[in-house]
Amino acid sequence: MFGVNETQTVDYSQEYYSLEDYQSSTPRWCSGCGDNAILTAVQRLCRDEQIPPEKAVFVSGIGCSSRFPHYMGTYGFHSLHGRALPIAQGVKLRRPDLKVFVNMGDGDCCSIGTAHWIHAIRYNMNMTAIVHDNEIYGMTKKQASPTTPMGIVTNTTPKGTYMEPLNMLSATLGISNVSFVANAVEWIPEVLYEVIRQAYLHQGFSFVRVVQRCPHFLPNIFDPFLRNPDAIQILTNPGATPMSDSLKSVYKNVVENNPADINQARELSMQKDVMPVGILYQATGVPCYDELRRAPRVVSMEMRKKALEDQFNRFAVNAG
Amino acid sequence: MTTTVKETGTLNGFDSTTRSIVSLTDTVVEIVSDAGEGAQKAGQSFATISAKMGNGIWTVEIIPADIQPPPRNAAGASGIRIRVGSKSVTNMGDKIDLIVAFNEQSLLGRLAQANFDPNCRIILENKWRTHPDPSIVEDYTKVYDQLVEEGYNVYEIPLEELCAEHVSNPKLGKNMYVLGMLCYLYSRDLGLAEKQVAEAFRHKSQKIIDNNLILLNAGYTWAQGNLDFRYDIPALDSDVDRIVTNGNQALALGIMASGMEMCAMYPITPATSVSHFLAEVFENVGGMVHQSEDEIAACAVAIGSSYAGKCAVTVTSGPGMSLKTELLGLATMAEIPLVLVNVQRGGPSTGLPTKVEQGDLLATIFSTHGDAPKVVMAAATIEDCFYSILTARKLAETFRMPVMVLSDANLATGQQPYPRPVFSQDWVAPPIDQRPLAEGSIPYDWDPRTGLSKRIIPGQKGGTFTVTGLAHTPDGKVAYGPMENQKSMEYRSRKLAALQQSLKTPEVTGDEEGDLLVLGWGSTKGAIDEAVARLRKEGLSVSSLHLRFLQPMASGIGDIMKRFKRVISVELNYADEPDGDIITEENRRYSNLALLLRARYLVDVQTFGTVFGQPLRPRVVEERIRQELAKINVTA
Repeated sequence: MFGVNETQTVDYSQEYYSLEDYQSSTPRWCSGCGDNAILTAVQRLCRDEQIPPEKAVFVSGIGCSSRFPHYMGTYGFHSLHGRALPIAQGVKLRRPDLKVFVNMGDGDCCSIGTAHWIHAIRYNMNMTAIVHDNEIYGMTKKQASPTTPMGIVTNTTPKGTYMEPLNMLSATLGISNVSFVANAVEWIPEVLYEVIRQAYLHQGFSFVRVVQRCPHFLPNIFDPFLRNPDAIQILTNPGATPMSDSLKSVYKNVVENNPADINQARELSMQKDVMPVGILYQATGVPCYDELRRAPRVVSMEMRKKALEDQFNRFAVNAG
Repeated sequence: MTTTVKETGTLNGFDSTTRSIVSLTDTVVEIVSDAGEGAQKAGQSFATISAKMGNGIWTVEIIPADIQPPPRNAAGASGIRIRVGSKSVTNMGDKIDLIVAFNEQSLLGRLAQANFDPNCRIILENKWRTHPDPSIVEDYTKVYDQLVEEGYNVYEIPLEELCAEHVSNPKLGKNMYVLGMLCYLYSRDLGLAEKQVAEAFRHKSQKIIDNNLILLNAGYTWAQGNLDFRYDIPALDSDVDRIVTNGNQALALGIMASGMEMCAMYPITPATSVSHFLAEVFENVGGMVHQSEDEIAACAVAIGSSYAGKCAVTVTSGPGMSLKTELLGLATMAEIPLVLVNVQRGGPSTGLPTKVEQGDLLATIFSTHGDAPKVVMAAATIEDCFYSILTARKLAETFRMPVMVLSDANLATGQQPYPRPVFSQDWVAPPIDQRPLAEGSIPYDWDPRTGLSKRIIPGQKGGTFTVTGLAHTPDGKVAYGPMENQKSMEYRSRKLAALQQSLKTPEVTGDEEGDLLVLGWGSTKGAIDEAVARLRKEGLSVSSLHLRFLQPMASGIGDIMKRFKRVISVELNYADEPDGDIITEENRRYSNLALLLRARYLVDVQTFGTVFGQPLRPRVVEERIRQELAKINVTA
């Protein structure tokens, strides 16, 4: 076999990873940026799940949110605008031993990388994708994103955006092989953590949209949800960690959701003025492309030689 | 002379036993038809049989851009050209010696594009002569009369009717009947032919194989009883085992042999058949073919896999390469090994999807924004397609950069025998060292002299870092200082210089100095060499030099050029002719290689660049060489 020795084992039992093991440089995000909350939740998850830092790969695209891997103490790949998903797929297809995470912005996922998003859902490969959705292009300084609400004035839409925003939740729920769709908001860390944890534990492709404030360019866009907790609809389901008392005291709009029911998930995702937070949909047993394509055996040098000689024989012209 | 076979299918008073067999050393045969009638299958089989008999062969597929172009259409003709020789054949040759046409319109298409030998024999399906549609009859008669008037030997044959004697659907089997005829006419081994037919239909039912074998034998017997000529093309014995493949099969074999484990692709003509082949067999060596949602994703998947320690290849053609260019920049910047194969076709845009061109050299070298040094190689022969991949993979991993391998439509579908590769463990790179890293290990530990650095692979303890397409420091952090970018750009560039120092100077074919040097790259090698050899026999002072590494270029090339009075590149990409309307020395546009050579070596390299969509013919090169030589004598 050429390449990486997947059979190599290292005894991690004596090692305990603390939060510091998952931290790297100090984030350069603006103060108040929702990305900080996502980073904290993910670092906590890694610690709680004791993922060896060298076994995790965070792949991102381009944008504020895509600086994410630089702030993780794991392996990371800060790639190109829109291309995080196929790069992550390349990693996962040949290295099933690695835990793969993808961090994208709304522009990455729903604009320049849309084709990859649709197909990533269909491939249903084992990885966790987080869309940091702040409904605006931040790094390039306030241009409309596909998820910017209608009528918002940006630098490219001085008269306000013209169209209804793209609903990435309902769109994702319409794609074949969808197996995990969740929505979270960065200002409710308890649910954010729980959703990311469930996503990580899910077998298949987990799609998590995290609604995230951009304090610099759209500081008030989520005010209706921040000021009115009843506009946040907390989804609970039988398998989830119970809500804390403090959470219950603030958020009264709680819906018992059956994540196996895709029609209900679609209905929840299409609501106006009310935002569902939690796991909308989760299916078990959906085939995973990376598992379907896993190499059936380790190939020895002898097997490699034989496979080649078989092909040469097919085309052989013998001397004489 | 014209010989018309009567509809009964017998030639007057013909005795096959007394017929003499004319011995040939080199001949060109074409089969043309409407798309979907199997001319290519017949022709490729004929070529393979000949190769297995020890002949040199070269095939060129004549492919329409549509799957089902309108029938009986000169522009939509589908077919194949096979050159067979006693010795090795390296190009498609010049004139057609025999052509089989399933209808006269396909033949017209070839008459317009190809050179027919004045003694060319034409075997023509004659069912059109009695077609119910009078306009078809008229068209057919017109072409037939024209051919006769021009003096060709036209053999009208009721091909479909003859096939109908053996099978219920003669439309589908004509190609194998023709194969049988050709096997008789060129004294091919019928046993080998039967084996080849079984191989060609190996995915079909036994019934279909049997029907095709019946047709093969019927065609053979019919030709024996009804045609008044026969040839042999004796092969010179070879003392080495060989394999016969087309260029795309050779690329696929190279990928299998190289130890790469991922081929990510998106369908594109004429590259796709590499993946067809690989998809069947790649898993046997632990690899996978992944068909992505688009060209960009294919390149991204390859980069992801390669980053994770499993070197990957993406196979594409011009338009696909254009789409991948941003990712090529990423692989260069992040120093991730990647092999990209570009089976070139005519461009720009959708261009000539099925035709031959070498238009992507500059686009490949300079394919992304900013300075993105990468290795560019070009396969000159079908055998080269195999070995180029082995080299490319090693260079990609050693130098941590994209290595681009250029092939083209001529190599892709052409078949050629070459020595059977002898398996070596060295083809496969040793496993990457995955041990935990020493404290302080950094991802870009650039050697100041060569720019080389050791890779760190995800999973390696102690090596965690973030790859980025941003300018970065040796420890992989985003670079904010001015010197950091300057230095890292220098190191990435220095890798090409380091590789360049290890390249051997290419060998001159012919004398090391003289009047004219012809430079080429890629699939034109065979035609250029043949033209140069012919002229040298006449005593003309001409030599040729063929480049396999285009970026970096080996040392010594400039010195070689300076030893000739005149230098010209011959390429299948566009160039202005110096005497064109409004063309001056200041606005004249040069072919790809000529431009590179002029820029690097300050030599006044002339250029002959054409974009007819056809492989180069030796005769065309020969004519141009004569013109160039004449210019030397004028100026001297």
